[in-house]
Amino acid sequence: MSILKTLLTSATVAATLMAMPAHAQETKRIALVVKALGIGFFEAAAKGAEEAAKELGDVEIIYTGPTDTTAEGQIEVINSLIAQQVDAIAVSANDTDALVPTLKKAMDRGITVISWDSGVAAAGREMHLNPSSNPLIGNMIIKLAADHLPDGGDVAVLSATTTSTNQNTWIEEMTKVQGNYPGINVVTTVYGDDKADKSYTEAQGLMQSYPDLKAIIAPTSVGIVAAAQAVTDAGKAGEINVTGLGLPSEMAGHVASGASKSFAIWNPIDLGYSATMIAYNLATDKAEAKAGGSIPMGRMGSVMLDDNTEGAMADPFVYDSSNIDDFKDIF
Amino acid sequence: MITQFIKSREALLLLAIAIVIALVSTRFPDFAAPANAANIFNDTSILIMLALGQMVVILTRCIDLSVASNLALSGMVVALINSIVPGLPVPILLIIAISLGMIMGACNGILVWKLDIPPIVVTLGTLTIFRGIIFLISNGEWINAHEMSASFKAFPRFELLGLPVLSWMAVLTVIVFAIIVIRTPLGRAFYAVGGNPHAAVYTGIDVGFTRFMAFVIAGGVSGLCGYLWVSRYAVAYVDIAGGFELEVIAACVIGGISIAGGIGSVGGAVLGALFLGIIKNALPVINISPFWQLAISGSAIIIAVAVNARSESKKGRVILKKAEQTT
Repeated sequence: MSILKTLLTSATVAATLMAMPAHAQETKRIALVVKALGIGFFEAAAKGAEEAAKELGDVEIIYTGPTDTTAEGQIEVINSLIAQQVDAIAVSANDTDALVPTLKKAMDRGITVISWDSGVAAAGREMHLNPSSNPLIGNMIIKLAADHLPDGGDVAVLSATTTSTNQNTWIEEMTKVQGNYPGINVVTTVYGDDKADKSYTEAQGLMQSYPDLKAIIAPTSVGIVAAAQAVTDAGKAGEINVTGLGLPSEMAGHVASGASKSFAIWNPIDLGYSATMIAYNLATDKAEAKAGGSIPMGRMGSVMLDDNTEGAMADPFVYDSSNIDDFKDIF
Repeated sequence: MITQFIKSREALLLLAIAIVIALVSTRFPDFAAPANAANIFNDTSILIMLALGQMVVILTRCIDLSVASNLALSGMVVALINSIVPGLPVPILLIIAISLGMIMGACNGILVWKLDIPPIVVTLGTLTIFRGIIFLISNGEWINAHEMSASFKAFPRFELLGLPVLSWMAVLTVIVFAIIVIRTPLGRAFYAVGGNPHAAVYTGIDVGFTRFMAFVIAGGVSGLCGYLWVSRYAVAYVDIAGGFELEVIAACVIGGISIAGGIGSVGGAVLGALFLGIIKNALPVINISPFWQLAISGSAIIIAVAVNARSESKKGRVILKKAEQTT
């Protein structure tokens, strides 16, 4: 009796063990690891990942992350994902280097690892997906201003601090493509230090110094809100268009008031969708992450990888009065 | 009387302000136009109010580094209340903001009074604590323009006799402070405690309580400014007014309020704040490189302190101005 029981148990265990890999081949389990849970931006990305999963059919999304934005928390989460033997990990990292050893371990076990949004050093991932690229952003911010100025006019830039790397790069890229927008005259760049009060005062100064100002480009979320408020308070909403990069939740009021006709930011839904598509294609060997290669990502086209195996998803997504209500509660 | 005024700090500051305005006007003619002047005053209102609150604290030989955090926390609380109960009238929010600010000021005051901890240490601590609380109650999220009710945002912008309510609030605060400092026993006690704490004890003044009251008053002003700030810029988040306490202290120093306590006037604090406000508004319109802007603001502070130190070294500390004049 007891021998029979032992035999039966062993048989069941063996069957389960044999069934496991077969099961894993059926559905790919892709883990979306975010900086921290409970952040609107990442919740939206998870929505995009689910959309991709539905489209692919045989994918299960594990949306996870630490409760606060620490690298330690992410390492713990990734370790448990390795133990669960997921097929792919797509991570938005809290630290470029700290996650590398853990992610290497994951790759050693045959898990596909990519980073998105916030990258990991090249040694710790197969590829990195940037939401957009500096040239695309630089082009987008001036295009946003030009789109509403068919006859051209004076525009000014309200940046963050004089030393902000991101903003400086974007403004530099913007200057490069300025020639493609004839009639758009960038008069000056001022710095609001990413403080509401200083940005507000600088925006007021711009309106005084350049009475013919037609648009203010603020590639910073604090600056764009402060400039929109300053324009509204000066009674020039509709006259001066405040545009640039901002978050829909923060800009909803100013789009409604007419101070901002449109602005841009990457779309987190598309980002989660693309990351999932890439992870799936890499995990199923339908594509390979190598410098100069390209990886398809469903409805978003395909991503081209540079020498550093990084790629840019798309142009920043434009928000205006037609779609802001759909996004203002998301992030 | 007139000669006394010409020699005073206030006159010197007025002269400095006039020179700055004249210089800016050569490059930007409309700078001194009434509309723009009103704009600058409105822009500087919050700084003026906070400088007055800080002044009474500094007069008692203390310092309050937590004013900006206090402002941010009060502002965040009223913004949160407004986003949850949009129907609550503004006067009630004002009372909430002021009371909350006073409670925070009282925390500082109690620690300085009863535990005798140096004020710079106490307020350095509460500065971080208040910011931390904002993070806790808001979860680090922003309260944005569309989440605030229309009346919440309209109040400081409402124009009365050509000036927005925000400016009138500053005018009102100046008057109230002038009355407190010049006409009340408490106001005179501020000077006595700062000028010579030991002598003040002998005249029957409770030094600890006087300092406590100074912190409560400064806290109340910060609370009021919290609402005004959030409503004016139509946004509330953890970092609002970050580092503003230093600007407030700078305004006091430029206005001739001695960090060593006991010396200073309402007029000085107002002019000091206006001086900074004018510089802040002038630099963007005359196209000075942002790298220079910081250096210029910094130099103004050091020059002010240098002038201060020279004028103070000549005179002894004055406890009771009236008494000194009569003898």
